[in-house]
Amino acid sequence: MTETITNNPTLTFLGLLIPLLPLMGFLVNGLLGKYLPKGSTGWIGSLTILASFVCVLMIFKDLGAAQSIQIDVFNWISFGNIDISFGLWIDSLTLIMMMVVTGVGFLIHLYSIGYMHADEGFTRFFTYLNLFIFFMLLLVMGSNYLMMFIGWEGVGLCSYLLIGFWFKNDAYNDAAQKAFVMNRIGDLGFLLGMFFILFHFGTLDIQAVQEIAPSLTADSTLLITITLLLFVGAIGKSAQLPLYTWLPDAMAGPTPVSALIHAATMVTAGIYMVVRSNVLFALAPTTLQVILWIGVATSVFAAVIGLKQNDIKKVLAYSTVSQLGLMFAALGLGAFNSGIFHLVTHAFFKALLFLGAGSVIHALSGQQDIRQMGGLKKLIPITYITFLLAALAIAGFPLLSGFFSKDEILAHAFEQNKAIWTILFISSLLTAFYMFRLVFLTFFNSFRGTEEEKHHIHESPWTMTVPLIILCILSVFGGVLGLPVVFHVNHWLDTYLASVTAPSAALVHHGEALSHSVEIGLLSFAGIAAILVIIYAARKYITLRAMPEDDATITGLPKLIYNKFYVDEIYHSLIVVPLFKMSEWFGNFIDKQIIDRAVNGTATMMDSGGKTLRLLQNGNTGTYVFAMVIGMVVLFIIRLLI
Amino acid sequence: MEHTAQMVPLNYYLFLSTFLFCIGVMGVLFRRNAIIILMCIELMLNSVNLLLVAFSSYNGNSDGQVFVFFIMVVAAAEVAVGLALLISIYRNIGSTDIDVLNKLKW
Amino acid sequence: MYSVLSLIVCFFTIAGHYVLLNAQFLAITHIIVYAGAIMVLFLFVVMLLNLNAETEMHKSGKLQIAATIAAGMLFVTLLASFRSTTFGTFSFPPPSDMGLVQHVGQRLFTDYLLPFEISSILFLSAMIGAVVLSKKERH
Repeated sequence: MTETITNNPTLTFLGLLIPLLPLMGFLVNGLLGKYLPKGSTGWIGSLTILASFVCVLMIFKDLGAAQSIQIDVFNWISFGNIDISFGLWIDSLTLIMMMVVTGVGFLIHLYSIGYMHADEGFTRFFTYLNLFIFFMLLLVMGSNYLMMFIGWEGVGLCSYLLIGFWFKNDAYNDAAQKAFVMNRIGDLGFLLGMFFILFHFGTLDIQAVQEIAPSLTADSTLLITITLLLFVGAIGKSAQLPLYTWLPDAMAGPTPVSALIHAATMVTAGIYMVVRSNVLFALAPTTLQVILWIGVATSVFAAVIGLKQNDIKKVLAYSTVSQLGLMFAALGLGAFNSGIFHLVTHAFFKALLFLGAGSVIHALSGQQDIRQMGGLKKLIPITYITFLLAALAIAGFPLLSGFFSKDEILAHAFEQNKAIWTILFISSLLTAFYMFRLVFLTFFNSFRGTEEEKHHIHESPWTMTVPLIILCILSVFGGVLGLPVVFHVNHWLDTYLASVTAPSAALVHHGEALSHSVEIGLLSFAGIAAILVIIYAARKYITLRAMPEDDATITGLPKLIYNKFYVDEIYHSLIVVPLFKMSEWFGNFIDKQIIDRAVNGTATMMDSGGKTLRLLQNGNTGTYVFAMVIGMVVLFIIRLLI
Repeated sequence: MEHTAQMVPLNYYLFLSTFLFCIGVMGVLFRRNAIIILMCIELMLNSVNLLLVAFSSYNGNSDGQVFVFFIMVVAAAEVAVGLALLISIYRNIGSTDIDVLNKLKW
Repeated sequence: MYSVLSLIVCFFTIAGHYVLLNAQFLAITHIIVYAGAIMVLFLFVVMLLNLNAETEMHKSGKLQIAATIAAGMLFVTLLASFRSTTFGTFSFPPPSDMGLVQHVGQRLFTDYLLPFEISSILFLSAMIGAVVLSKKERH
């Protein structure tokens, strides 16, 4: 475990600043935004994140791999023997996540200054983005499950606000609502899991839970229930089967939102949560199997759908779902370090892909259909080069970052279960294929749009291209984080995260370790296969100039895939329509007939009661005497009875 | 003087007095003419008098009889004033029907 | 008017009961005060107001029934409460000269002097009240 530092004021101060700075950015932009000049709000938003990043780096420099900081801001809930504090916990895993969140976040903020500069909601955008970063930081820094849940819910909220950013469009609002509702379904699982933890462990503090957990029987029903419920939360948040349909629809938001939230940070919250609770999950191998199979299934399913999509952002969205599936498969195999490694590299190249797509969309003034693009490689060179390198990274081209992280996962799969390895390998090939289908259709051959659009094509401003370049460098060289041991170098990430994941490593059932030759064989096999797929795609789309069909002419299996296997329609008819009908019934029957009648009836009763009581005071002497007699009788009776 | 003790049991006087009282109550509730109501009140008073005298006799204590004396005093005074009121009302309203006298509400 | 006459008869019977109960002074006083004075007053008023049996108003049937029930309930309640009480011991036979004038007078003027005197003031006020109330309005 780690050595906890609690009394270093500099580190505590820095630790508190990290989430506070985005919060201050949110408040300044939110409350004073309309009094500030328009461009400055963007810089305020971005610089707070940069300052946060600098604080993270300063802590990173000082904190050793096996140390952690605990900051208890205040004691929040305490009754009986339950004590939940508003606490922050910083260890190596947190630092990795924070660097990704603030680093990539800053680059995306910078990018948004250019991308959103013509939008009237410019200030609002940065307000929401800062709020999002704040909540995401709370999520990764929380020292107990409740803090994590606050961040969890908060990023869901910001996701809703940002997806429906252009709120005047009904379809976008629907997409935002869909995202929120699906997230909420997952959150219910998370909340139930938290209740179970609190009830059985007596505390929600993550470190305390990890210490108590090994004393329970492994694979007991309790542990399986808790971990499954927590995983349900992850399914909703990280868009796995069956709660993934919100992610492609979430592309309705501005592209920087897709890059930040739906590629690099929010959707990775589920993975972070599982790794954070690795001891709990390692003690419930059944849940790990579930996670494994769901991850594998999602990975393949989304990759297949991505083969036939024609909107740049939708392809990338399905690619994100697929890669998240791969990350969960890694977690299911017990390879928590590999999951985090892939999370980091994925953040780099997926954010880059999204920002590049945004650059393309910006250049074409809003066009998103790849069938109307083409030949852009000479017209927007920087975007082209960065996009190409990111695509190569995700496809697993040798020596780029994606190659190392993906193959580490594949190696673990090969150790445990060859069938899983095969499925994941096929998924990787599909990934390579559809990514390069995207690249070739977008950038190669000649432009298929209108003359007017071609006239307006321009490279993006420096605020957009500089982040692209930085992310490109990270995507290419990011592999150094986790070079395989077989190359006789140190796997830095493994040793860095050892303090966090070591407790579970002993508990997870690993297959027999692969020999070096097998590993190198796997690496080269994967690399060569990726290159072959890229060549095949090049031949199909560049030389043979194959074009995706028009919507009207598509039939058969391709049509099924193109329509996303009709999953959305199935959900609509199975769940949404009955819900609406039920709510209509409730509205008409229970609300109108029963409740309204009860309320009106009470009023009428009061009314008639008053009218009756009024008769007591009608001034008629006879009535008064009568009342006197009755009163006397009653008094006598009471006197008699008592 | 000699007095052969033919004691009527006390219960009988209780019963009689209660009966008279309830007849008086019924009369007050039943009738609409104010004069009749006043007469029924007199009847009620008398029933109480009777009971008091009965108890006084049975306990050998003449306090009861003195008390009855004073009740009679009060009853007389009350009838005088009551009837004067009634006449005054009759002069104003023209009838002694108590259902007409319903101004005792605001 | 007949009701007034019946009430007078009733008073006479009650006076008879007083005699039976060794309250001779009270019996005579009863006749003089009630039958002699009060009922005469009533008769005067009845004559003055010219009340007839035909012009008599009746309460509605419902109210009559309710009144009967109320009075009946009172009766039953009182009887029930009487059944559950116990009486003290009686002196048997009672002193037979208890109700004679001398003794009643003695009690009145020794133990009950104050109420006796105050009752005279009461009469005074009643007289004044009656006279004032029944004066005819001057302009």
